[in-house]
Amino acid sequence: MNYNINEKGYYGEFGGAYIPEMLYPNVEELRQNYLKVMAEPDFIKEFDQLLKDYVGRPSPLYFAKRLSEKYNTKVYLKREDLNHTGAHKINNTIGQILMAQRLGKHRIIAETGAGQHGVATATVCALMGLECIVYMGEIDIARQAPNVARMKMLGATVIPALSGSRTLKDATNEAIRDWINNPVDTHYIIGSVVGPHPYPDMVARFQSVVSEEIKWQLQEHEGKTQPDYVVACVGGGSNAAGAYYHFLQDTDVKLIAVEAAGLGVDSGESAATSVLGKEGVIHGSKTLLMQTNDGQITEPYSISAGLDYPGVGPMHAHLYKTGRAEFIAITDDQAMKAGLQLCKLEGIIPAIESSHALAVFEQKKFQPEDIVVLSLSGRGDKDLQNYIDYFEL
Amino acid sequence: MNRIQTKLKESKKLLSIYFTAGYPSLNDTTTILQNLEKSGVDMVEIGLPFSDPLADGPTIQASSTQALQNGMTTEVLFNQLKDIRKTVSIPLIIMGYFNPMLQYGVEAFCKKCQEIGIDGLIIPDLPVDVYNDDYKAIFEKYGLINVFLITPQTSVERIHFIDAISNGFIYMVSSASVTGSSSGFGEEQTNYFKRIADMKLNNPQIIGFGISDNETFTQATTHAKGAIIGSAFIKHLTNKGVANMDAFVSNILK
Repeated sequence: MNYNINEKGYYGEFGGAYIPEMLYPNVEELRQNYLKVMAEPDFIKEFDQLLKDYVGRPSPLYFAKRLSEKYNTKVYLKREDLNHTGAHKINNTIGQILMAQRLGKHRIIAETGAGQHGVATATVCALMGLECIVYMGEIDIARQAPNVARMKMLGATVIPALSGSRTLKDATNEAIRDWINNPVDTHYIIGSVVGPHPYPDMVARFQSVVSEEIKWQLQEHEGKTQPDYVVACVGGGSNAAGAYYHFLQDTDVKLIAVEAAGLGVDSGESAATSVLGKEGVIHGSKTLLMQTNDGQITEPYSISAGLDYPGVGPMHAHLYKTGRAEFIAITDDQAMKAGLQLCKLEGIIPAIESSHALAVFEQKKFQPEDIVVLSLSGRGDKDLQNYIDYFEL
Repeated sequence: MNRIQTKLKESKKLLSIYFTAGYPSLNDTTTILQNLEKSGVDMVEIGLPFSDPLADGPTIQASSTQALQNGMTTEVLFNQLKDIRKTVSIPLIIMGYFNPMLQYGVEAFCKKCQEIGIDGLIIPDLPVDVYNDDYKAIFEKYGLINVFLITPQTSVERIHFIDAISNGFIYMVSSASVTGSSSGFGEEQTNYFKRIADMKLNNPQIIGFGISDNETFTQATTHAKGAIIGSAFIKHLTNKGVANMDAFVSNILK
């Protein structure tokens, strides 16, 4: 079984490029060039240098001793939370800004939900001196004020998405419309492994540095490159794609994908796409998505603004369908408790997205000798208000 | 012969109108269609509303959101259109995004269209190559014409590919934009219209996006077989309701 993308841009039956003709020249230009550009020595050198000196890579692979004792297994945390801007998102935006430069683009657009990808995009645009426009749902702008301020300080223009449900999916629609209206000079930096081919593959490749590091870091810690499990949360799925990437074909390594169940999978307020979604087309990709029987895309819910996307990347849809990855749904309450527990046990305040992954230890029993690598995708600073409100701190 | 093909053989320039089904009110569909035919419109695109219409600007988007709130669904639309051929004889096209069709079942959708007397489909996010590989046979089985878009950025090679697969007309997007965003055509667009006309394609071209009045209609149809008006008509429906279509249409065709 192949878990990577095929030559037509599909993971199994999922993926492709279901885009209006107006987007075809842009997407085709990218498709024809992305692998070639990524293989250029000069590109590799600049990408690696920036990841090292600017992002602060490699991120540590930390043996979480007290967490391991508590669950009687060996837990390693991949510390993406220590990256510049506080999450794994920057790995992708560094890669894509270098790609945009080589394609001769000088105007950058992006969508953002909670604002993490928007901040990561505004950051690299400032770094390269490129114009940056970030689309963000009107509702998200109101509830993520600090990140809106960050983007503005970094020189980006934040445009509210006023259509539809005024959240992440609508911000994505607006970014796509902007790209339709600006087909020549603009590059669209998508923040996850979603969208039309080649985006899911390109973003996964930029994020694959995570699993590349896990392999040699684990060799140093344990004398072997393979963990028994890799655990990551999945919204669109970019941190999971990065953490899984170099283990996809190695089926001795078990993959666990953690989705946000919100108030409960059957509550009507959830973002557990694998359970609630059906095959369909969203934002240019055939994948699993939450929708009505009539094919209208529905609005998901999670306490985590980074996980409430109604679809999932086509790679993950394929991993679900084939059973390559085990999907576990974690509620708001379970995630919040797991997040607070990490603070107390390890002195690390995780992003609420990552807290969902951490909650797996209450749901699934691991063996004492199991090596479990968990992608700690982001830090919790941005979620402080949520933690304060939830725990009445 | 399909009604679209027959219509395209007429010597006149064609006016096609787009409206979103279920807007302004859920049950306006048949009234709008009947009134448009009476007003002298040549062809109609019935928009099947979608929650996330990527290629549409704010006007059509807002009408889609409203139509969905009004209760429009694929099934409701098919029921409304069940007897439409008793009163309306101009070509009818359903324009909608791919996901609702996929959920209905592409073959079931096409079969239903044939039963009703729909002549063609426009599905902006179903790419030409996917259509060609997976769905062309189904469309042909039910006598449906699929209409593809080209834009000023579409390469000559791709235009020829699209022309070879088409069997009705080519929907020429006037400029790089979503619907409803430009006002008036400049030299760049006129040159693009001429360039495509000079290619002498097998399929006639009908221009859409940015047509809103007599001036833009005339500019477009100087080089193409016809023009499509969408957002401007939606605005008319919003302001004047379903009654005064004669005034709107005669203003375009004057």
